[in-house]
Amino acid sequence: MLQPRLPAARTAWLTLVGAGAFLLIWTVAAQSGITSRNFLPTPWDVVIRFAQLVVEPFAGFTLFQHLASSFRRFATGFVLAVAVGIPLGLLMAWFVWVDRIVSPAFDAIRFVAPIAWVPFAALWFGTGIGGPVLIIFMGAFPPVLINTYRGAKNVDRKYIEAAQMMGASHFRAMTQVLLPAAVPSIVAGLRISAGLGWQSLVGAELIVASSGVGYLMVKGQAAVSTATVMSGMVAIGVVGVLIDIALRRLQQFIETRRGL
Amino acid sequence: MAARTAPRHPLLTLGTALGVLLAVVMVWHLLTAVWGVIPPMRFPMPLEVAGALQQIAVEGYSNGRLHQHVLTSVLLVTMGFVVASGVGVTLGLAMGASRTVEALMNPVFLLLRPIPPLAWIPLAIVWLGLGVAAKMMVIFFAAFVPSVINSYAGVRQIERPVFEAAAMLGVKGWRYWREVLIPGALPSIFTGLRLSLQASWTTLVAAELVGAVFGLGQILNQASQDIYPAMIVVGMISVALCGWLMTQGLGWLEGRVMPWKPH
Repeated sequence: MLQPRLPAARTAWLTLVGAGAFLLIWTVAAQSGITSRNFLPTPWDVVIRFAQLVVEPFAGFTLFQHLASSFRRFATGFVLAVAVGIPLGLLMAWFVWVDRIVSPAFDAIRFVAPIAWVPFAALWFGTGIGGPVLIIFMGAFPPVLINTYRGAKNVDRKYIEAAQMMGASHFRAMTQVLLPAAVPSIVAGLRISAGLGWQSLVGAELIVASSGVGYLMVKGQAAVSTATVMSGMVAIGVVGVLIDIALRRLQQFIETRRGL
Repeated sequence: MAARTAPRHPLLTLGTALGVLLAVVMVWHLLTAVWGVIPPMRFPMPLEVAGALQQIAVEGYSNGRLHQHVLTSVLLVTMGFVVASGVGVTLGLAMGASRTVEALMNPVFLLLRPIPPLAWIPLAIVWLGLGVAAKMMVIFFAAFVPSVINSYAGVRQIERPVFEAAAMLGVKGWRYWREVLIPGALPSIFTGLRLSLQASWTTLVAAELVGAVFGLGQILNQASQDIYPAMIVVGMISVALCGWLMTQGLGWLEGRVMPWKPH
């Protein structure tokens, strides 16, 4: 039998022990003097460094300015992916010939890891904003397209036939029958997209950028400041979680309104 | 994509796909070589790509020939993936089976989980440099998280009657794991493994892009520095093909391990 649920107090106690053991091992390892504190900082050093980065500029900007520039790139790439992915997905679901032409090309491109676009991003855009945006687009675009397509393909035939019988144009059928029915699937796709897009952005900023959290981490790496690198990791993780929470809210909102 | 309205003959589908591919190459050739709409410094001509492929396959480029680069990358990913998913699946199953282990491990795991795989690269470089060890560390963290989450979820998804039947039959210890927990969680475990493999591959390519001696990412990096667009395309195609082949291999393994699951 699966172990029954533990009492809340015991769970809390065990969680505390787990977290405590982790921090203790980390602190002891950092203070044991095997390596320098720059190389392996204590958890406190990371917290202090994080606070410093918020106030003092590092690699040109403060932490929040880096975050803002990362987020701007992310938003641009994400919006582009949505703006291309949703209409294309609807077209593929509605016109079989579009599907037959786009699908093989899309399947081929999907297998190129987003990060493998970095050389072209550098070649085409230098260190401008276009490079990271291209890479985010490549990461965020496939889930939007796939989920729009699947959602639209799963529309009940009856609605499509009814719309056609009443003489709906191709455009109206796509925007007023397929699109509303596909919304839950699309929103689920947006969450996956946002996650992949945010990840790809970080990778892009490690290589082609002169601001942003990824860039801050590269500079921290060059300065052998593990605390700076870890602060960047924390910032990236927190923003990633916030983006996901925002989209989950959107998903719940839409599902409640539709009575799902 | 799978869901079609009417089933078509597989050869017809393959034919359309090949036709589209041929058409893409034709248009690409016209745009770059014949009409010159796209300047060759921006995107290479198909013939240049063929030339670059021949160059790297026969003479070699950036420290080695194509098969050496491919072998280096694929071997690294396989090693990292096997180690990470081995540890990850074990931990995930343990967290799924025991609420004590779950409560103990959760805080550490909650800390690791939101960090994107690529964000481990700078840390790996600070700690381990540009060698194999750093790559293994990066792949480990990339592959670890999805395999833990999905193995854990897999155990929790096993239906109650299965546990009740096992308890009634007195299944305990090693047999309980081998005959109840693992088979029950397998579909979910494989979902996790597929995500892990993709994450490992992407992360390795990124890590090699940042710095390496051999490997597909290193080809991309070198080609980017030499401003050699044709070689960039060769590198990207190699990355895509290897990723696709490894995913296919995992799918094959899945079919072998779970013969009862319809494909």
